[in-house]
Amino acid sequence: MTTILTPALTAHWDEPDSFTLEGYRRDGGYRALPKALAMSPDEVIGTIKESALRGRGGAGFPTGVKWGFIPQGDGKPHYLVVNADESEPGACKDMPTLLANPQALIEGIVIACYATRAQRAFIYVRGEVLHVIRRLQHAVAEAREAGFLGRDILGSGFDLEVVVHAGAGAYICGEETALLDSLEGFRGQPRLKPPFPAIAGLYASPTVINNVESITTVPWILLNGASDFAALGTEKSKGFGIFSLSGHVTTPGQYEAPLGTTLRELLGLAGGIRAGHRLKFWSPGGSSAPLFTDEHLDVPLDYESVAAAGSMLGTRSIQLFDETTCVVRVVLRWAEFYQHESCGKCTPCREGSYWVVQLMRDLEKGGGSEEDLDKLLDICSNITGRAFCILGDSIEPSVRSSIKFFRDEYLEHQRRGGCPFDPAASTLFTLESAR
Amino acid sequence: MLSLDELRSKLAADAAEIIARYPRSRSALMPLLHLVQAEEGHVSDHGIAFCAEQLGLTEAEVTAVASFYTMYKRRPVGDYHVGVCTNSLCAVLGGDAIFADLQEHLGVGNDQTTPDGKVSLEHLECNAACDYAPVVMVNWEFFDNMTPRSARDLVDGLRTGADVAPTRGAPRLCTWRQASRILAGFPDGQAAGGHTAGDASLAGLRKAKEQGWTPDTPASRNGGPK
Repeated sequence: MTTILTPALTAHWDEPDSFTLEGYRRDGGYRALPKALAMSPDEVIGTIKESALRGRGGAGFPTGVKWGFIPQGDGKPHYLVVNADESEPGACKDMPTLLANPQALIEGIVIACYATRAQRAFIYVRGEVLHVIRRLQHAVAEAREAGFLGRDILGSGFDLEVVVHAGAGAYICGEETALLDSLEGFRGQPRLKPPFPAIAGLYASPTVINNVESITTVPWILLNGASDFAALGTEKSKGFGIFSLSGHVTTPGQYEAPLGTTLRELLGLAGGIRAGHRLKFWSPGGSSAPLFTDEHLDVPLDYESVAAAGSMLGTRSIQLFDETTCVVRVVLRWAEFYQHESCGKCTPCREGSYWVVQLMRDLEKGGGSEEDLDKLLDICSNITGRAFCILGDSIEPSVRSSIKFFRDEYLEHQRRGGCPFDPAASTLFTLESAR
Repeated sequence: MLSLDELRSKLAADAAEIIARYPRSRSALMPLLHLVQAEEGHVSDHGIAFCAEQLGLTEAEVTAVASFYTMYKRRPVGDYHVGVCTNSLCAVLGGDAIFADLQEHLGVGNDQTTPDGKVSLEHLECNAACDYAPVVMVNWEFFDNMTPRSARDLVDGLRTGADVAPTRGAPRLCTWRQASRILAGFPDGQAAGGHTAGDASLAGLRKAKEQGWTPDTPASRNGGPK
């Protein structure tokens, strides 16, 4: 059978101590760092460029190119900020990564900072994950103790301090410029771009902001070579990534595979949709991505193919729903999420999300008329592209795609004067036995 | 509520340590808010004043930040903050039923605390554990794959003082205030406790090991798995 899964970052998660420095070193950890320190910083950037690693936080921007944007010899301090604010509904890969292997992130941070000539890094981690934060604090302390952080790392003359900074429950802080404002001690609201963070980021200094998985992949690339990484995946979406399967699937969880793997292949390994049921709709990239249906099982899950099929790869957060699920309920709840998390800075998002929720609530209860669907789409069109940041643009995709694929389900709510689905049928437990 | 003087005498040294972590002092505001919440269980007016004074900000500036982030509570919270994920996926898989059941069982609504001061209930947005849905968080520790019954047993245990362990977390649950102190950047020494990874986190790795698949398997090279 052809290889489908390629555990690299997840390869040692089944060991009881993979999160410790000792466990990580036993598994080959901190062998990439001396290799990087023996290269020039520009050579390290060149290696990451050559690997064609693209940002694993959803946008897919080439990581090495981003590092190359940092101006050198500018006399300003440089910073690396790791975005560990994983909060997109459906996204659940970075938190288990940090629980099981935080040292790989630390090693990646040291390499990235050496390459971009940053002497201070911040890990901005969402606050609602206590044990993840404990593991990160512990990893930083262990790494410093062993001389992988602090002054004159491994005798290279390179100094680096890392601070773990806990957020406080705001989805918007996953947006990189809102994250910077939050890290500076303000309300987490996005900034106008340009200037981009590479020129004026944290404290108006050149700053690289990378996702946890991007940085965690860096030591693997240094150790195994850029060409080994680039040999996996598709032409424009190279390498491996963690695919997170959740919902009505027999074996939900994390599946690390080359980009370009299909849902059909992943589902085959995950035991398919839960017994006795069939796939109704799914999101390939969290709540911000347009929905797919069972027509899309063979779409290669890489940036280009998913976009060509009308959705977005995002963070490979695959949420699966079977035929017991009301699509209106799912989309309404996402709309409520965006309304709640809208930072309030710009009018299209703040007001638009409010109106989308009002209309969706009415439709879900069986009210409204068919024209309300058009009104809903019209409001969505007036948010997308007019909002200050990507949070606003994230409201429309699930609304529009759900109406495209399931228009009649919306109308059925109106014909019946309520939701035609039994919510008990979609739960993972039978209500009687669970009481 | 502690007086401002009491907060100063208890927290000034910790505050100085937090401020020293950052190139610019204002960056210390979020951990300072976690710190005063650890002391009083919520961010009181005196807590706001303390943060403002430490950083040379106005109380209005600090309040603007404290009110933006949902994890800072302006009213007292119970010893155990129970959060039920009701974002779409958890809701559909059972989170809505769990949340409704807990409200009835505890006799409190969203964002309310039981009269004994033990348990506060709140519905949460996605907590990055979708592969363990439905998810309940207690003091920001993971309780995975919950049902109405297991959630009810959980809160009963919290109210009677039973030993309660999260599914993926420290071997023993800490209180809301202790959790806030960790968020402020003061570890409690429990990082090594608990599992490396839960069952779902290992689903792909197990399959790969069964098949002998690694990133070096020749068939996985050159244009992917097909």
